[in-house]
Amino acid sequence: MEQTFSSFSSLGAKPRDPYTVLQNARASGRFTGLDLIRNLTTDFMELHGDRRFADDPAIVGGVGRLLGLPITVIAHEKGHDLSEKARRNFGSAHPEGYRKALRLMKQAEKFHRPVLTIVDTAGAFCGIGAEARGQGLAIAENLMEMMTLSTPVLALFIGEGGSGGALALAVADQVWMLENSVYSVISPEGCASILWKDAGKVRDACACLRMTPEDLLRLGAVERVIPESSDLEGFYAMLRQELSETFHRLLSLPSPELCQNRYGRFRKMGVFSE
Amino acid sequence: MLKKSNFKKSRNRLEGLAPDLQTDKPCIPQELCTVCPGCKTMLFSHDLEENQGICPKCGRHFRLSARQRLELICDEDSYEPWDETLTPKDPLEFPGYGAKLKTSRLRSRENEGVLTGKALIHGSPCAVFAMDAGFMMGSMGSVVGEKITRLFERATRERLPVVGCTVSGGARMQEGIYSLMQMAKTSGAVKLHSDAGLLYITVLTDPTTGGVTASFAMEGDIILAEPGALIAFAGPRVIEQTLRQKLPKGFQTAEFLLEKGFVDAVVPRDQLKDTLGRLLRLHTQEV
Repeated sequence: MEQTFSSFSSLGAKPRDPYTVLQNARASGRFTGLDLIRNLTTDFMELHGDRRFADDPAIVGGVGRLLGLPITVIAHEKGHDLSEKARRNFGSAHPEGYRKALRLMKQAEKFHRPVLTIVDTAGAFCGIGAEARGQGLAIAENLMEMMTLSTPVLALFIGEGGSGGALALAVADQVWMLENSVYSVISPEGCASILWKDAGKVRDACACLRMTPEDLLRLGAVERVIPESSDLEGFYAMLRQELSETFHRLLSLPSPELCQNRYGRFRKMGVFSE
Repeated sequence: MLKKSNFKKSRNRLEGLAPDLQTDKPCIPQELCTVCPGCKTMLFSHDLEENQGICPKCGRHFRLSARQRLELICDEDSYEPWDETLTPKDPLEFPGYGAKLKTSRLRSRENEGVLTGKALIHGSPCAVFAMDAGFMMGSMGSVVGEKITRLFERATRERLPVVGCTVSGGARMQEGIYSLMQMAKTSGAVKLHSDAGLLYITVLTDPTTGGVTASFAMEGDIILAEPGALIAFAGPRVIEQTLRQKLPKGFQTAEFLLEKGFVDAVVPRDQLKDTLGRLLRLHTQEV
């Protein structure tokens, strides 16, 4: 079932430049979270607000159908034009965004609906309001609660996967990455400025961080790499099919087993000697 | 003319290290005396150590190493270390990481950035961990994540409460995605410990930031903080760079978090052990 590295590399036999992958992931004309939602689901109804403080437009959530199956979708949304990008804070969520996500996940758990998260963020927002309202706590709570959520969760990375802000939607049973997406503990700019005191050395940092889908597949951090295609209709149809099959399979597992597997998935991550 | 350097003992503490690696300013200095950055008073290091690293003039809390921290909160000779032998690797062959680990090990005389184990606090048994700012700023890589996860798993099996003292610059960049995954891994272990009905107390010390704040540091049932400690997701420098504006005074300190409702209490270091002992006793069935 899982696409292996070898079958992936047959898509592009020669190794890709990580910096190019990063640029593709950030490309301005690229589809956003809402585009994916519109093309993958039918009958989508957006649900707003964290019921605590506000509605964060950087994260979009709601219910819809995936080939008939009711699912909850939660997505980072960067926006297309500049005014929308600004309104959505370029997809960098505040604590209320993560709290909305958690609320909708808990709701999905109640109705035993699978959860699809769509990750595309440079990171959780760094700002005065975000800190004053507990950005760290909001992410921490998501990590904790998602681990034992008794309904299937699948995270799909479609562009940037920046650090804790991405992980807060990605404690999932499976993590899939589109061919042109990245996932990293720190932005390559941040890494370059810490390491070489030169934010310009992004290209080098990209290579050091192993943030491309093929690297992460090899490191065991993701389950699948999804090839992209210029035939968008075909791409969406394939994705709908694959997601739906996986959700049906995950739904057939008893909840305790599902949670156990999810814990096991993260439990084995890390490299050390004893 | 009195010069500060006259008071410095000339001893060869860490042979072969560059001079800038030999001082870690906010920690209790190993020189004979130091100037408190808070009130500019000249302090003898010995007095500072006797006073648990608190400046006797202004009450500023200097950083403690993990061992000093455990000595402070655990009953004498009660600490039994767990998983001491775990050592880091360099899975991504990250430039300079191997050398950095080596100097950190020399400098801190520890295998990694956290000590875990079992101890008594005023007679109450508990699992404890203390992070060490001297080891790559307490950053969380695979070993820190693994030791903390194992601690929570064992505490769940043995039905022990957990007391954890955090100090960290966040996730350890040099281990890439593995570092990030430690946030989820540790959070999962905390959740299972919590679901088993067991108590977890965190003590946030200066500084607790990044991926540690966004995982096990903020997941305690009871969250305590040391006075003046910087506690943040994004540190002040990151925010100032992003927003290009100065942050208000006192932003992201323990007292600020108390005011905003994110910590239960700010506890001065000389009351920390008693507070922990009292809280642990309040959570046992015995009368």
